[in-house]
Amino acid sequence: MRYGAEIVGIGVFAFLALLGAAFAADIAFQQHMWVLFAVLVISAAILMRNTSFAPKEAASIPFREGDTAYMDDVIRYGAIATMFWGVVGLLVGVVVALQLAYPDLNIEPWFNFGRMRPLHTSAVIFAFGGNALIATSFYVVQRTSRARLFGGNLAWFVFWGYQLFIVMAATGYLLGITQSREYAEPEWYVDIWLTIVWVAYLAVFLGTIIKRKEPHIYVANWFYLSFIVTIAMLHVVNNLAVPVSFVGSQSYSAFSGVQDALTQWWYGHNAVGFFLTAGFLGMMYYFVPKQANRPVYSYRLSIIHFWALIFLYIWAGPHHLHYTALPDWAQTLGMVFSIMLWMPSWGGMINGLMTLSGAWDKLRTDPIIRMMVLAIAFYGMSTFEGPMMSIKAVNSLSHYTEWTIGHVHSGALGWVGMISFGAIYYMVPKLWHRERLYSLRLVTWHFWLATLGIVVYAAVMWVAGIQQGLMWREYDDQGFLVYSFAESVAAMKPYYIVRALGGLLYLAGALVMAWNVYMTIRGYQREEEPIGGYVPAAQPAE
Amino acid sequence: MDYNAMRIFADSWGLLYMTLVFIGVVLFAFRPGSRKKAEEAAQIPLKDD
Repeated sequence: MRYGAEIVGIGVFAFLALLGAAFAADIAFQQHMWVLFAVLVISAAILMRNTSFAPKEAASIPFREGDTAYMDDVIRYGAIATMFWGVVGLLVGVVVALQLAYPDLNIEPWFNFGRMRPLHTSAVIFAFGGNALIATSFYVVQRTSRARLFGGNLAWFVFWGYQLFIVMAATGYLLGITQSREYAEPEWYVDIWLTIVWVAYLAVFLGTIIKRKEPHIYVANWFYLSFIVTIAMLHVVNNLAVPVSFVGSQSYSAFSGVQDALTQWWYGHNAVGFFLTAGFLGMMYYFVPKQANRPVYSYRLSIIHFWALIFLYIWAGPHHLHYTALPDWAQTLGMVFSIMLWMPSWGGMINGLMTLSGAWDKLRTDPIIRMMVLAIAFYGMSTFEGPMMSIKAVNSLSHYTEWTIGHVHSGALGWVGMISFGAIYYMVPKLWHRERLYSLRLVTWHFWLATLGIVVYAAVMWVAGIQQGLMWREYDDQGFLVYSFAESVAAMKPYYIVRALGGLLYLAGALVMAWNVYMTIRGYQREEEPIGGYVPAAQPAE
Repeated sequence: MDYNAMRIFADSWGLLYMTLVFIGVVLFAFRPGSRKKAEEAAQIPLKDD
């Protein structure tokens, strides 16, 4: 029977969710369990409509023509999920930006800023970024190991399990369920679910590497693997907590006071370092060489890049806690390691950019390469800015201001977003066996909309942040603060409006992409003039 | 082992160990004959598909 075990398993979990709703210790948990129950029942219903009772051999679908021995179906789903969550996450971002500018848009209780903000960050980091990482890692590991994904349907479990995590996290935030740890807001039961999914992900990825036919493990896989392993460690340690009730949505951290804060920022900064950097560097080391059709500039530099990043990043977290109760030596340690990170970051940036040496003309003719180069440039810029902001003297001006938000977005929109878009643009025609994208001209549109959006966003936030920082520390000759806090808030209004505009441009670019990807999947090709007399290079026969 | 003992261990032997491992990694990456191996490895993504 097709999906037999899946239907039974989901049914059992749906029943448990129903029990959770019935015996819930608090109203939020009850509502959340109803959400879970509804999601699981709908999933089971969909599976039952697609089931078949024929014997297994007859029911199994043979490989479709053109399918390779690689397991690509789950990657196709992943590419679509990436696109979907990307648009959702960016849309929520624009909404929260407008909520800051126009407080009337805070619709209580579910859609106020406090609940929407984690929805935005988790949607873009974990839903968009996470799906991009899972999909591309499955794509890359199969092709560089020359092996089919390990574990058969385990990859499907990873994909759907991860979507369930996203739905539970997102709905939890709106219901007001949070453990108040930045980028780790989901409560204990959602955390346990993610742990299970993540271990399965590790098994699929590592299993594929172990059964590889290629003797060497390509460097992109090192980055992906370090991302998976480190996130597992960070997630488990940071979420160590004691639930108040096993049918309740409240838990208390295993740590207290400053230890708790340091654990949180050890997690938080390495989520940036290993989720948003290492994982996407894996993407860079595969998709940039593929799109440029040239090997990486220096493979040995990539190895140094990898180990330097691994050895340094994990110590940088304390820079989030400058001038707090954290011991001074720990603050200085965080600062020093952050500054040392300049080396691997710029090593990696140079390595990525120089991959194009001798093929710089492609920047003019290939908008996908242009997108990837912009991503690498933003990787370089934001990893220059970050260490600079971690210097205590700079941090005393920048911390808690909009400058930080600008920095994060130049990294997230510029680096993470653009490299993921580039990878999706590369993968989609290959995955659906299309000759090319629906339209390269639309990629150019996307490129400029997104670039303009980032520039507007980052520039506005710099000005806003520095103004905010200066207003907060402005004393008169009597030693009194010149501005009240509310005055510094009011001064931000024009910046907030322009920031929302920048975000809107970026969202518009993503919508153009979604249209382009949709039409490519449907098999259309737009009739258009090639860019700059671009002639597709003939591929040599293998 | 209390907090202080762990801290002192971390910034002495722990730090030395990490530094030596890292230097070892760098030396290994640039060992004689690694260039050719690295160039082969760099070709892995370009070999097919």
